[in-house]
Amino acid sequence: MTAPFGRRLCEVAANEASGGYRIFSLLDREGPAPQPGQFYMLASAHGWGEEGGHPFLPRAISVAEAAPAKNGVRLDFLVEGVGPGTDRLCELEAGEGVWVTGPLGNSFSTPKQVNPGAAGAILVGGGIGIAPMAIWRRHLVEQGIPLRVLLGFRNQEHSGGLDELFCSGDSLCPDVRLASEDGHSGHHGYVTDLLAAMLAGDDASSAVVYSCGPPAMLEAVRSLCAEAGVACELAMESPMACGFGACFGCAVPKVDGGYMRLCVDGPVVRGDAVAEVAHA
Amino acid sequence: MPEFCGIQLAHPVINASGTYDAIAARKVFGDALLEDFPFSAFVSKTITPEPRTGNEPRRLWETPAGMLNSIGLPNKGLEGFLAEDLPQLAELPVPLIVSVMATNREDFSRLVKAVAARDEVAAIELNVSCPNVHSGLIVGEQPSETEALMEALRPLTEKPLIVKLTPNVADPGAVAVAAEQGGADAVSLINTLKASAIDPRTREPALAAGHGGLSGPAVRPIALQQLRAVAAVTEIPTIGMGGISSGADAAEFLLSGAALVAVGTESFRDPRAGARIANELETDMYEAPLRL
Repeated sequence: MTAPFGRRLCEVAANEASGGYRIFSLLDREGPAPQPGQFYMLASAHGWGEEGGHPFLPRAISVAEAAPAKNGVRLDFLVEGVGPGTDRLCELEAGEGVWVTGPLGNSFSTPKQVNPGAAGAILVGGGIGIAPMAIWRRHLVEQGIPLRVLLGFRNQEHSGGLDELFCSGDSLCPDVRLASEDGHSGHHGYVTDLLAAMLAGDDASSAVVYSCGPPAMLEAVRSLCAEAGVACELAMESPMACGFGACFGCAVPKVDGGYMRLCVDGPVVRGDAVAEVAHA
Repeated sequence: MPEFCGIQLAHPVINASGTYDAIAARKVFGDALLEDFPFSAFVSKTITPEPRTGNEPRRLWETPAGMLNSIGLPNKGLEGFLAEDLPQLAELPVPLIVSVMATNREDFSRLVKAVAARDEVAAIELNVSCPNVHSGLIVGEQPSETEALMEALRPLTEKPLIVKLTPNVADPGAVAVAAEQGGADAVSLINTLKASAIDPRTREPALAAGHGGLSGPAVRPIALQQLRAVAAVTEIPTIGMGGISSGADAAEFLLSGAALVAVGTESFRDPRAGARIANELETDMYEAPLRL
């Protein structure tokens, strides 16, 4: 299913704080439901580029959850204000307009599509990168595929989204384990420590790993999976002006030489297709 | 209906080379792209004699009302383009202009001959923002180099040859006159302005290449003045571009002597920008005072 041609104006349905992050929802009356891993190019209709000329380009944001809504699809995005674009998205108020292009890019493959012998999935999310893990987790659960979810945060200030995206009722979903570098919740250390322990287990070879997070974490995931001989799919990020293959800005080095365009060849990339996850 | 070098166009808005990959866009948006194609002619990314992978990232950097890019002309090379891309571009519902670049006259001649021989191609744009390996000079920065290149290429085809001018010169009019004297049918301007930025996190140049080209609304007044300077001294038609984001912006260029306008960076923000601008242009240029 292709994205509608062009950008369209969608209405902000809600925008709530969630820990150190924000979750905002858009009502999309035109687009198809997104697949897990896909992203949208977003820019607010007002206040985009009016102060000092920033932000200017739309921002590529992964969809965290999508659900049928009256007259369309509700799209949920998890954002942390780290610059003029994400700061503006954090300020969106219900009823405001947002220019939306998408859904864009490819999506995660099921464990059996990656490896016919695979029986389950290990999802590894870091920081704001937990967003695509949420919609992918729901799809896997609906398909009855066994999974474990490992989520890591730097500290309490740089964390959020768990209550809305990974809880059932008042408690964390039973398949989810947490790590934090400051020890405020779960394992005191990196989320990749949890992954390393899991990959050392006997049944690791029957899993496929899916991951999204900061470049250093993704590189650790890629390298741990390569050492363990476990296939992985990484949802990557790269500076991107357009999201539809026009600007050639989002170049990611391929393992066999040359570059891919992450917007059209990704954002989900097989771990063995990239030489190394470099800092974006 | 504008006519440009004998080519009939539905409206005066085309794309700037290297800012729209119609093949990728068709995969993303489907055939809706063809049904509602945003430009009245399509200009390809620049083709070089051999394949190029492009520059090491980081390739992009947002600047106030604009952006820097250092992409490095990734393309499949002449053979790959003719075999794989040209048949797909021929399915577009508008005339095709192919942009070419080489670093010596022999290679430039080979590109022009091979591309001009294809019926699918309506015109050729010459990207001269590159060094001549024999002289070491950037062709488009030197009137004499530009004129000599045009004299070498002009006899090779009767199809329109458009010279894409660089803004990184003191006198773009002199280069445009040289192109005209060498036999160019038209000139297009501006290419991006040479520019740089420092990444505050690393305190290093923001782009891996150290510098790049600036585009977007930030460059528009400069582009407009260069267009005016060129239009004042040449008889051949001009294609004006540089930060055009609205019909009113496009009207500024058309009122300053441009035969056509091209949209580049705005398409990154709005994939249908070309069609929107053509639409706005009708109102803004012919019916209402310009809303500047």
